[in-house]
Amino acid sequence: MSEQPIDTIRNFSIVAHIDHGKSTLADRLIQMTGALTDREMSEQVLDSMDIERERGITIKAQTVRLEYPAKDGKTYILNLMDTPGHVDFAYEVSRSLAACEGSLLVVDASQGVEAQTLANVYQAIDAGHEIVPVLNKVDLPAAEPDRVKEQIEEVIGLDASNAIPISAKTGLGIPDVLEAIVTRLPPPRGDRDAPLKALLVDSWYDAYLGVVVLVRIVDGVLKKGMTIKLMGTNAIHGVDKIGVFRPKMVDVAELGPGEVGFLTGSIKEVADTAVGDTINDAKRPCAEALPGFKPVQPVVFCGLFPVDAADFENLRAAMGKLRLNDASFSYEMETSAALGFGFRCGFLGLLHLEIIQERLEREFNLDLISTAPSVIYKLRMRDGTAIELHNPADMPDVMKIEEIEEPWIRATILTPDDYLGSVLKLCQDRRGEQVDLNYVGKRAMVTYDLPLNEVVFDFYDRLKSISKGYASFDYQITEYRPGDLVKMSILVNAEPVDALSMLVHRARAESRGRAMCEKLKELIPPHLFVIPIQAAIGGKIIARETVRALRKDVTAKCYGGDATRKRKLLDKQKEGKKRMRQFGKVEIPQEAFIAALKMDS
Amino acid sequence: MMHPTADAGFGVYVHWPFCASKCPYCDFNSHVRHAPVDEARFVAAFATEIAHRAELAPKRTVTSIFFGGGTPSLMQPATVGAILDAIGRHWPVDAHVEISLEANPTSVEAERFRGYRAAGVNRVSLGVQAMNDADLKALGRRHTAEEAMGAVGIAASIFDRFSFDLIYARPNQTPAAWATELKEAIARAAEHLSLYQLTIEPGTWFHKLHQAGKLVVPDDEVGRALYDVTQDVCAARGLPAYEISNHAAAGAQCRHNLVYWRYGEYAGIGPGAHGRLVTGQGRLAMETELVPETWLAHVEKRGHGLVDVEVLSQEAQGDEYLLMGLRLKEGIDPMRYRALSGRTLDPQRITDLVEHGMIECHANGRISVSPAGFPVLNAVVADIAA
Ligand SMILES: Nc1nc2c(ncn2[C@@H]2O[C@H](COP(=O)(O)OP(=O)(O)OP(=O)(O)O)[C@@H](O)[C@H]2O)c(=O)[nH]1
Ligand code: SF4
Repeated sequence: MSEQPIDTIRNFSIVAHIDHGKSTLADRLIQMTGALTDREMSEQVLDSMDIERERGITIKAQTVRLEYPAKDGKTYILNLMDTPGHVDFAYEVSRSLAACEGSLLVVDASQGVEAQTLANVYQAIDAGHEIVPVLNKVDLPAAEPDRVKEQIEEVIGLDASNAIPISAKTGLGIPDVLEAIVTRLPPPRGDRDAPLKALLVDSWYDAYLGVVVLVRIVDGVLKKGMTIKLMGTNAIHGVDKIGVFRPKMVDVAELGPGEVGFLTGSIKEVADTAVGDTINDAKRPCAEALPGFKPVQPVVFCGLFPVDAADFENLRAAMGKLRLNDASFSYEMETSAALGFGFRCGFLGLLHLEIIQERLEREFNLDLISTAPSVIYKLRMRDGTAIELHNPADMPDVMKIEEIEEPWIRATILTPDDYLGSVLKLCQDRRGEQVDLNYVGKRAMVTYDLPLNEVVFDFYDRLKSISKGYASFDYQITEYRPGDLVKMSILVNAEPVDALSMLVHRARAESRGRAMCEKLKELIPPHLFVIPIQAAIGGKIIARETVRALRKDVTAKCYGGDATRKRKLLDKQKEGKKRMRQFGKVEIPQEAFIAALKMDS
Repeated sequence: MMHPTADAGFGVYVHWPFCASKCPYCDFNSHVRHAPVDEARFVAAFATEIAHRAELAPKRTVTSIFFGGGTPSLMQPATVGAILDAIGRHWPVDAHVEISLEANPTSVEAERFRGYRAAGVNRVSLGVQAMNDADLKALGRRHTAEEAMGAVGIAASIFDRFSFDLIYARPNQTPAAWATELKEAIARAAEHLSLYQLTIEPGTWFHKLHQAGKLVVPDDEVGRALYDVTQDVCAARGLPAYEISNHAAAGAQCRHNLVYWRYGEYAGIGPGAHGRLVTGQGRLAMETELVPETWLAHVEKRGHGLVDVEVLSQEAQGDEYLLMGLRLKEGIDPMRYRALSGRTLDPQRITDLVEHGMIECHANGRISVSPAGFPVLNAVVADIAA
């Protein structure tokens, strides 16, 4: 490959609210520039994990290099850095943005600006990006491009007069987008002759290639066979392979300034590569490191236990493998009276938790039980010491605690006016404090301060359901505040289930306890006996429900001597029992541990 | 020690896979054919399959034979006779052998009863299903209540022993109405009654209706009440349950079905028949081809219609013994369970189930499901087997 003039390179990402069509647009761009043949083009090529595909969400940043012959007669290299849309993965967005000079701001012309549109576009503006607004889905009868233009100007403060109307679905306007990337976004800047300076954007483990590092070259040239140095760790590595994503991996001999690509080499573990680190030529180090990224911190914790105790080592190995590709996930060993050996794990949010659990179960064939998610509480003790509590089961004697502090967030919610009442009530019910209320056209924009522990379980689901999917939400963790928190225990058949205990605000304990008991009543299948379910604070019972005994469960007719069919049914029942956890005499389905926390009211 | 299954006897099951029409609740291996069935060809195939099983399990003394279906009462009596002859050619037959035949209680079929008797059948089981015309119609039956009682009368006059089946837990059925109907049935039944709760089986017409919300069956609570009424009424009238759905006066149990429930040996002959035979390889679970014509072709080509033969693991044998044996009032013998499965029952689970009133442990060492446990038998078995 010949050396690419820097002014024919464009690095861009697409920022959008979830479902506004980012992935569909990316697919069109790939298709139209011929990076994949039509046959290779499966829908949404950039969402590569099964789970991403199923849930229709983007989790990991992905990148693709497109070759575009522009109207000026020159062929441009366009590097698209895809970014995740869900709040749990906001940190991934900032990484991708740091590797680009411009962004396409995609807004669904039938929906308008949403909470993540705001959050992501502000991140792009902060990253110094040039922004091209794109109005997607203009093929829809409900599309109102003019109103949405106004919104973009009014709410975000961007000039939207040149916004490009497109339909990622039909392909309308896609050539205009490609031209705009070339004409309206700036080329990268960099010095080819300077010593190598590259940004380590991301890294992951590939079964065939080992650790793959995604890099953006700032200055200098990265060449095959070179010895590089990671400035953060001072580690030295040989470079075996350099390439680009088209979106399939294609080897190249070198990457020059402004280019985006990957390298593989003697790096053993993803943990050895700090995202945001600066890569140098070991023989010709540069003086100054790139600014890098804030390290990500898990905010939600829960215990994960194998249903079958014999799977513990397999679980450890599986977590190790997942962690290779997801440094934002943390784990350490934990033991529980009820669940035996397992791990206390940290996640970026509940979606992240569910995804990791699903991947462990699916990709590693493990049956898991997860305990109530918890945030990190800061305990100030009477003896002057401080404790960080990740697990309600570790809660010390209340008499020794001076004060408990919990994390708060600032949430931005956009909702159609019709649902504003319900949204405010939801926030209020979750101990929220209103900070601001504005209108953006017909949509209300509310800002609330909320305790994170009221949000981690099901706030997002609730918000979506009360607004029929129209409200959008984004948040940032702001501060720790003292709270009147108590530990609530759940007793099933008079035995406490430590995996279900949690810290709650005293004023919310009763309703929360009642909701948990009601939920568990639905989730625990009838047994041969009556099962009481209780919620308690200390020795005081605050809520109670009963699972009634099984009344009828019998196969009336046994056809001839067909014992096989009955045995197969029994095998299924046995399999079902394996997905349950025995607590004393009661079998609790493993899904119950998370489902019990999702409240309907 | 006795031969593990010696006390259960040896049964031969013969499946006749044709019916005049398909009942909407039925998921049995029954087929409707518009052209007449070539019975002679079937007789030859049955004989071939009998010879095949007799070679696998020779020298057993046949204690029971059961013609099931489908509708075996559509067979010519000569066909039944020829099949019985074939059985007699390959195995010794006990002097007191029980030979049952399932029959639909229509007047046409009742005309053949004398012929069956002459062929050797000594017990019939009539698919009466309901004692009133409205419900018979709803169940898709082709006979009226009067016709059925006529057939019952004929059966009573011809056979030493007979039984009939009723289906309950029908849509809108109340416990009171069922009690009245049941009393009327017992008055006619004499020694044996099979009482099955209507179950909605996948693949049936009722299943489709049920899925579409057009067929509503009693919920668990009403189902339970109907079950309780059944037990009370039958016990009070001298027909206690000896199996979860089968009731009999003392000594009048269906010996053939007891072979299954006591987990004995049985040969399954004909399309879609199941068998359990103990051979040098162990206990074999055998299953034949379901489709009558395909089964015929298999038998004619290979000498048998088997499509699946599985050597049962110890665990599978233990599970089957529990599944079958716990349906019986007499329950199971934990020593036999141990011999079959190589495991012992978990004492803690047994204690818990006794404590919850689901099972009883008897002085002779047997374990049986209690009256409170029967309505939830599947859960009890799953608990014991887990
Ligand atoms: N009618 C219409 N539908 C579109 C258009 N573009 C995308 N969609 C649909 O909108 C939905 C969401 O599109 P995606 O591309 O998956 O959205 P996304 O923003 O990538 O979502 P994440 O990957 O979760 O961030 C899909 O059902 C698309 O088929 C369009 O131009 N017109
Ligand atoms: S008569 Fe018996 S076997 Fe035949 S369809 Fe009806 S229920 Fe099924």
